[in-house]
Amino acid sequence: MNAIGQPRQFCALGGQQTVAAIERALPIIHAGPGCSNKIFGALAHCNGFQGSGYAGGNAIPSTNATETEVVFGGEQRLREVIDGALQVMDGDLFVVLTGCTADLVGDDVPAVVAEYRRRGAPILHVSTGGFKGYANWGHEQVVLAIIDQLLEPAPRQERLVNVWSVLPYQDPFWAGNLQALGDLLRSIGLTPNLLFGHASGGIAAWRKIPAAALNLVVSPWPGLDVAQRLEDRFGTPWLHQPVLPIGAVETSAFLRAVGTFAHIDVEPVVEREEARFYHYLDRSADFFLEMRWDLPSRFSCVADSFYSIGASRFLANELGLLPGPQFVTDNPPEEHQATLRALFETLPGKPAVHFTQDSGQIADVLRAAADADHHPLILGSSWDRDLARELDGFHLSVSLPANNRLVLDRAYAGYAGGLRLMEDIYTGILAKY
Amino acid sequence: MTNHDPAFNPNITSVPVREARLGSVVAYEGTAADLARRSRDGSLRERPRTFTEAGSCASSCAICLLSLIPDAAVVNHAPLGCAGDFTQFNAVNRFGRVKRGLPPANAHLLSTNLRENEAVFGGLARLEETVREAHARFAPKAIFITASCTSAITGEDSDSVAEKLEREFGIPIATVACEGFRSRLWTTGFDAAYHAILRKIVKPPRERHPEKINVVTFWGEDVFDDLFTPLGLKANPIVPFAPIDEIARISEAGATVQICSTLGTYLAAGLEERYGVPEVKAPPPYGLSGMDAWMRALGRTVGRQAEVEKVVARERERTAGELAGLRRELKGVRAYVAAGSVHGHSIRAVLGELGIEVVGSSFWHHDPVFDHRDAAADSLLHVVHNYGDTPVSICNKQVYQVVNQLRRLRPDVFIVRHPGMAVWGGKLGIPTFLVEDEHFGLGYRGLLRYGRKIADAVSNPAFFRHLARHTRLPYTDWWFAQRSSAFLGEER
Repeated sequence: MNAIGQPRQFCALGGQQTVAAIERALPIIHAGPGCSNKIFGALAHCNGFQGSGYAGGNAIPSTNATETEVVFGGEQRLREVIDGALQVMDGDLFVVLTGCTADLVGDDVPAVVAEYRRRGAPILHVSTGGFKGYANWGHEQVVLAIIDQLLEPAPRQERLVNVWSVLPYQDPFWAGNLQALGDLLRSIGLTPNLLFGHASGGIAAWRKIPAAALNLVVSPWPGLDVAQRLEDRFGTPWLHQPVLPIGAVETSAFLRAVGTFAHIDVEPVVEREEARFYHYLDRSADFFLEMRWDLPSRFSCVADSFYSIGASRFLANELGLLPGPQFVTDNPPEEHQATLRALFETLPGKPAVHFTQDSGQIADVLRAAADADHHPLILGSSWDRDLARELDGFHLSVSLPANNRLVLDRAYAGYAGGLRLMEDIYTGILAKY
Repeated sequence: MTNHDPAFNPNITSVPVREARLGSVVAYEGTAADLARRSRDGSLRERPRTFTEAGSCASSCAICLLSLIPDAAVVNHAPLGCAGDFTQFNAVNRFGRVKRGLPPANAHLLSTNLRENEAVFGGLARLEETVREAHARFAPKAIFITASCTSAITGEDSDSVAEKLEREFGIPIATVACEGFRSRLWTTGFDAAYHAILRKIVKPPRERHPEKINVVTFWGEDVFDDLFTPLGLKANPIVPFAPIDEIARISEAGATVQICSTLGTYLAAGLEERYGVPEVKAPPPYGLSGMDAWMRALGRTVGRQAEVEKVVARERERTAGELAGLRRELKGVRAYVAAGSVHGHSIRAVLGELGIEVVGSSFWHHDPVFDHRDAAADSLLHVVHNYGDTPVSICNKQVYQVVNQLRRLRPDVFIVRHPGMAVWGGKLGIPTFLVEDEHFGLGYRGLLRYGRKIADAVSNPAFFRHLARHTRLPYTDWWFAQRSSAFLGEER
């Protein structure tokens, strides 16, 4: 079944939000008139109410293709918009992203962009026609385009670490999560290069990518191609940590893995942070023990790879909850699905894993798994509220789309992130009564 | 333009676009009086805009309207990004249902999720599979298939799938020609949705219900009972939240009224032409002058003149004291309004009625005429006559043009009705608000509500002051030294 109800991934043009997440970088969209706005709505506005920011939303330059461009080609229209953007918009880097119309018509966008590069304009191109892939694929195309078209070798900086983890905007909590990962790396003496979000350094930071001593992929699978490309081009080693670390168990494991790789003794940091984390767990233990009759006994993640794995390991291995059926909604390529299954199989009870973003299939499985004696906990998106209610369960939106939450800088990654996730899950449960 | 073709032709599947049908434009710079004059004498021409920021497309308008029909299903025949507004329209559906006293529920939306394979080898099989799934999953009373750029460029015959499954399922299945590149006017998407409704859903009248008045609306609060009950009329808000069986019978109503002709022009004209349901031709019901004219035109159409005069007198009397107070309170306030075409005129009328100076205005597009061609409904002419001339920019939601003007004009308040635009006034430190509910300012009491809203907005600018101090606009100094129309070419 290919039809999708209640989509959770959207299309490759989602790469526009990846550009918007780089400080002073601006997307230029060569697509139909509504594409950019639909993507902004899907990935930003209706996902934690992430807003326009510096130059996103309706400020994004776009060719707004009409019949003329579809019939006769849109290269001249693209030139008009690039000309205007270079005069009107105040930015350090412009990235031309194509949508379905330009990619189907076959406009020679690389050639148009090359004209401007020859004149010294800071401009790149990337092909992100919506039919070519989903938003996470579009994100990766943007990153690879910048690597291929912008980066030059640079002298190595020993403690510099490029962080490839949650996807900007697609993860409603990306800004906080990246800051949290950065703080963890700083706490063990490394210098994180976060690349996206507030104070991440913009294009100057991207130019430092080849100087890093390590590409750290904190991700189930997105980012692996990026790390491989960077190894091929600049010989940078990379370390893959497939679990987004949430809470003490996973965060300590994460720090130890990085420490081993970088020859850093992380134990003092682990000890300090675990003491703090478990102090609060200990102090609130009454709640968990005395409220147990009313709390969820089975949880299901209906989330992208990051949260379905990260949150399920936290809930099972840290909080001792039991997993029900699990769902991965961001369409991992076949070659990564076995790795993901293996990560779920180490959970108690070896939960069934389903790779789908279609709400019809998700609802069918969850209804079949329903048990009148259990209140399921669904960590999903805002699409899942009605189903949680129907199953007399609890619900928290953690994954795209989350349009029932306002998200500023909340992070679920790290030690503190685990505490936040507990607060949010259980406050939501208490609010139900 | 007096001798024109019928608005609605049931024998074609694709609605003619607004630029061809109405001569609509998305670029103009001048004044309301000039724009109104040129709209009526037929001399208005489009100006090409070379530098453009993101717009919206017809598919959003079509999907939005159709997905709010509770027992229909919408199949978006497109790659998954075109379903990017599903989340938003589902939210509109949930909020709107609650406002109309219905339980919240998710909209019936499916995407065919076209991928490279379908873009190259065709997506009709995928379409059939998805329509079947929509039928099985939602048990709808009708299915709408909305087109996309990709499905249109590959040029497949979606109608063949619709016809085949229509026979099999025994429910209407309509294709909707709302692919984004077809029209510069995203409002063509409304027309495309109504065209599908007129073709496939609306049935010839079996009986007449002269007391039933079709009100073409979006999702606003139902504010019509108060006005219509004393007239012995019953408001029938369409098409959002109206079930298919009800929509099938809108041909039986006594009249159709518009809240915003931008939205309903095609549907109302089609109903009049095909089924003899008279469209009430009047300016929109905002501001005292607009509301009076709208009520009186309704009274004339349905033969309730005396009753209308009583309501007008009663409501004017009821609101006079508070209105006078608001006018005193708002004296000296300078405003800028930015909104869709007719609704923008409506807000402009409200501001005029409140005695607020309108220093500038941006309307997203302009329809020089509506499908009925009647000047009595010319909302721009109406505001010019009643409230005087105002600078007008038809800007297709271009932030760079609006910001250029706002920065120069420095109004005391920036009033917006369209998502994604308000923030740019806020970043300039201008007290800004957006009223999503299009009925908020409607009629006599709406005028007071709107006035109080403005008074509140200008009374505590703390948020805007902080925002302006800590934000940076993405535009160059060069741009701020240019005229806002610098990228508009010669008329063509």
